[in-house]
Amino acid sequence: MVSFSAVAKRYPGGKTALESVNFALEAGEFAFLIGRSGAGKSTLLKLIPAIERPTSGAVIVNGQNVSALKRAAIPYLRRNIGLVFQDQKLLYDRSVFDNVMLPLALSGQPPQEAAKRVRAALDKVGLLAREKSNPIELSGGEQQRLAIARAVVNRPALLVADEPTANLDAESAAKLLDIFVDFNQVGVTVLIATHDMALVERYGKRVLRLAEGKLS
Amino acid sequence: MTGWLRQHAAALRSAAQRLWRPSGLASALVIGIAVSLPAGGYALLESLRTLAGRATLEPQISLFLRPDAKRAEADALGRALRADPRVSKVRFVPREEALQQLSAVEGMGDVIASLGRNPLPDAFVVTASEKTLEPLAADLAKLPGVAHVQADSAWARRLGALERVGRLGLWLLAALLGAGLVAVTFNTIRLQILTQREEIEVSKLIGATDAFIRRPFYYLGLLQGAAGGVFALAIVAGLLAALNLEVRSLADSYGSSFRLAFLSASGAGVVLALAGWLGWLGAHLSVSRHLRDIEPR
Repeated sequence: MVSFSAVAKRYPGGKTALESVNFALEAGEFAFLIGRSGAGKSTLLKLIPAIERPTSGAVIVNGQNVSALKRAAIPYLRRNIGLVFQDQKLLYDRSVFDNVMLPLALSGQPPQEAAKRVRAALDKVGLLAREKSNPIELSGGEQQRLAIARAVVNRPALLVADEPTANLDAESAAKLLDIFVDFNQVGVTVLIATHDMALVERYGKRVLRLAEGKLS
Repeated sequence: MTGWLRQHAAALRSAAQRLWRPSGLASALVIGIAVSLPAGGYALLESLRTLAGRATLEPQISLFLRPDAKRAEADALGRALRADPRVSKVRFVPREEALQQLSAVEGMGDVIASLGRNPLPDAFVVTASEKTLEPLAADLAKLPGVAHVQADSAWARRLGALERVGRLGLWLLAALLGAGLVAVTFNTIRLQILTQREEIEVSKLIGATDAFIRRPFYYLGLLQGAAGGVFALAIVAGLLAALNLEVRSLADSYGSSFRLAFLSASGAGVVLALAGWLGWLGAHLSVSRHLRDIEPR
């Protein structure tokens, strides 16, 4: 599903974020990416949907070489990847429902079927009753669940989350991770970056440890 | 309905909503005022042209026969004119027809009725090329039975030149204000892109194509330009109606029913289409310049 071979990322100015990263994630796998802040977790995750491009090496997602992908092909790659960010990146000028509708609107889905899928996604994360609210009225945990609903509404084969539990209390964090586990159980490949070791240990899943730009 | 059509409908809807705000309407009004100047100038020019249009602009010679000339003499003269290679067209105007035409001219009917007899001679209207007009007129004056020859070229040329100056002035004004329209749209779209920066960034993150992101801005430019065109037509109609109040009393005093006319349907269509197109162009320039800068990080 995802494979990195000899991937390096250096920023202009000489800062090296990733030195030589090799790993493969099989379809249906669940893995945590751990490491201290500044270890390069975010950079690694951003290479998957081509938000960043590697300086050298190959990033393969779903059989496509992302590092060599043309600009015009990137949107179609991203539609198959569910992205969840630490800061959620929700739009506060529209309702919870419309936030989840966005990915379907931009691929031109028929409105009735799209509405059904939006409600199904909201139901899975337990926010169906809040569809008419503005995201600003939701708690931190609810906002993060809304971000997950938006990430999965297109039924992607791969879910990538960057520190989704960073600003949550332990109970909300566990509830959130349970949602990821549920999606994994129906076949979705999941990769989650976190620095919360206690949480990682409780789930007993595969762990990729990143330190100083290398996996160990 | 296909997904593609649905996306266009959604983009058009969101553009219309943005236009229907005080800031959008204010920009459309600015465009409308700018467009109303050349559009109004064009309407004035066209009205004045129909007023002058009773005199043809082709180089012509009017050939008047002696009042006592017989019809047979006129026929012989006509044959001689048609035989002349410099003459491109000959039209015989019998004195009765000339009188009828003159009576039809506004303000002249009463004058002619008071005369009681026909003072007009038979005449020929001869069309020739502008170059040969003057020598031809001199030759025609020597023909038997001809009382008077009048070459209409000089004032026709002046009128034509005056109209060309007016037309050129209008085109220059239209080009200048068209550039202004593009600039106004460029700026509106730039501000709109800044306002929607976050939405654009998030949309790119979840797989929006460039076309999807650009579409509402193109529609906004197009709609704003076209709305400006509608404002311009309304302004021109209002100004002409106000001017016509005065034109009416002036024309009435000459026994004329002349009024300044609004643009023809096709003229109004051209104004709308051009304003819309220039708005689209402004949006295109702005979008190409500003959207690439917004990339998710």
